[in-house]
Amino acid sequence: MGKRSNEPFLWLLFSAGGMLAAILIPIHVFLFGLAFPLGWLHGPSYQSLLELLKQPLTRLYFFVLCTLSLFHWAHRFRYTLYDGLQIKHLDELINTFCYGGAALGTVLAAYLLWRIP
Amino acid sequence: MAGPTEYLPKTFRPRVSTYWWLGRWSYLKFILRELSSIFIAWFVILTLLQISALKRGPADYVQLQEWLRRPILVALNALSLFFVVFHTVTWFNLAPKAMSIRVRGKPVSNLLITAPNYLAWLAISAAVAWLLLRG
Amino acid sequence: MADRITLKVTRYDPGRDHEPGFQTYEVPLRKDWVVLDALNYVKDKVDGSLSFRWSCRMGICGSCGMMVNGEPKLTCATFVSEYMPGPVSVEPLKHFPILRDLIVDISDFLEKLTKVKPWLIREEERRVVDGEYLQTPEQADTFRQFSMCINCLLCYAACPVYGLDPLFTGPAAIALAQRYNTDSRDQGTNERLDILSQHDGIWGCTFVGDCTRVCPKHVDPAGAIQQYKLTAAKEWIKSLLMPWGGR
Repeated sequence: MGKRSNEPFLWLLFSAGGMLAAILIPIHVFLFGLAFPLGWLHGPSYQSLLELLKQPLTRLYFFVLCTLSLFHWAHRFRYTLYDGLQIKHLDELINTFCYGGAALGTVLAAYLLWRIP
Repeated sequence: MAGPTEYLPKTFRPRVSTYWWLGRWSYLKFILRELSSIFIAWFVILTLLQISALKRGPADYVQLQEWLRRPILVALNALSLFFVVFHTVTWFNLAPKAMSIRVRGKPVSNLLITAPNYLAWLAISAAVAWLLLRG
Repeated sequence: MADRITLKVTRYDPGRDHEPGFQTYEVPLRKDWVVLDALNYVKDKVDGSLSFRWSCRMGICGSCGMMVNGEPKLTCATFVSEYMPGPVSVEPLKHFPILRDLIVDISDFLEKLTKVKPWLIREEERRVVDGEYLQTPEQADTFRQFSMCINCLLCYAACPVYGLDPLFTGPAAIALAQRYNTDSRDQGTNERLDILSQHDGIWGCTFVGDCTRVCPKHVDPAGAIQQYKLTAAKEWIKSLLMPWGGR
């Protein structure tokens, strides 16, 4: 394979995350960020939300959504920093921040979802 | 590039401005599209905060809901909604370009690729809302 | 309609000037004049020292690309009257080193173009007596759009990534690589992928999409690059699943 990079892998994560985020995130932001706090809609109770989250399928759903969304962010934000601020020479720092942040978020999501009572 | 020689004369290389993305509407749209990723990361943080509060108990959960009612958080989430929808629309509209699907040697029209994406978006959003609102 | 319009033209003499400046010329405004006609009027009647490239005057040779009011344009296909009442600025193509006045140095592009091997690659060349490589109209149709490129470099002038990182292979060269990749007679996809799958190849592209917008031949380089990323990603998965699959 020689000099081929790991860019294809990062790009696949970016694309998968982008697709998932495009389909799923708007409704989540609308409900949990606006409709429930502002009382436009009556949100689920604490108990029913906890019940929902106890199901393995829900946990898997949130884990995949969070992880891929984070890697989507990492990839896009990295290039935004490169090109928007013209700081490509800091690429090692930027890569560590972006992909490291996404990896950290993945671990955190796994821990939180795993440890639900 | 090599310096000036007899056959490679001196040239002037203009520098790209730091604010190049303000120079043209298509550039600005691009940078806004890229910045949508920040709000996607913010969504993940918010979700993890919710899960963590749920885990810690009803009191913590209620406290988080109080926090989310603060005007600054409402404003932030309204801005987030704008950006994540912007992400969705730009993502779906660019998808056909990246795919170039051909059926029997003929390119498939962009609408045939874009429309199912929008339909899936509506259907899945409705399903998520139903799951959360029924109980 | 006014009968004259002002042109604001970039002037740069490498022997004398430290950096480029503008010079204004008043030219007649004729309904059927394109920007190139106005420039030729200046050169013939006003100031013979103005330098610019042009040849065919009909959107085929690709040599008269310049920034007209900040937009990359073929000056032979851009009417002066569109910019009423003026002034119209005419600058050399962005992102390239300026050699003189409106002339830019495109050697960087020419080098990159050769690197992506834009020609038919065969594993084994067929002998002439065995006849030509046949192709159906449908097969020819898959790459026709990409083959329309006239190397006018408007897409490079529109591409911020190329402006920021001159190592980036850039729109036209990648679109031309894709033109040969999608040609049924070609067998060089993997060879090209080795070059283009490197960081400065396709991955630098952030899909701004302006290359496609400015292309006078509707080549859609932005689309070509994203399709290329998809191909590279598929190849990457393949090599992951079958590391022994020697190429």
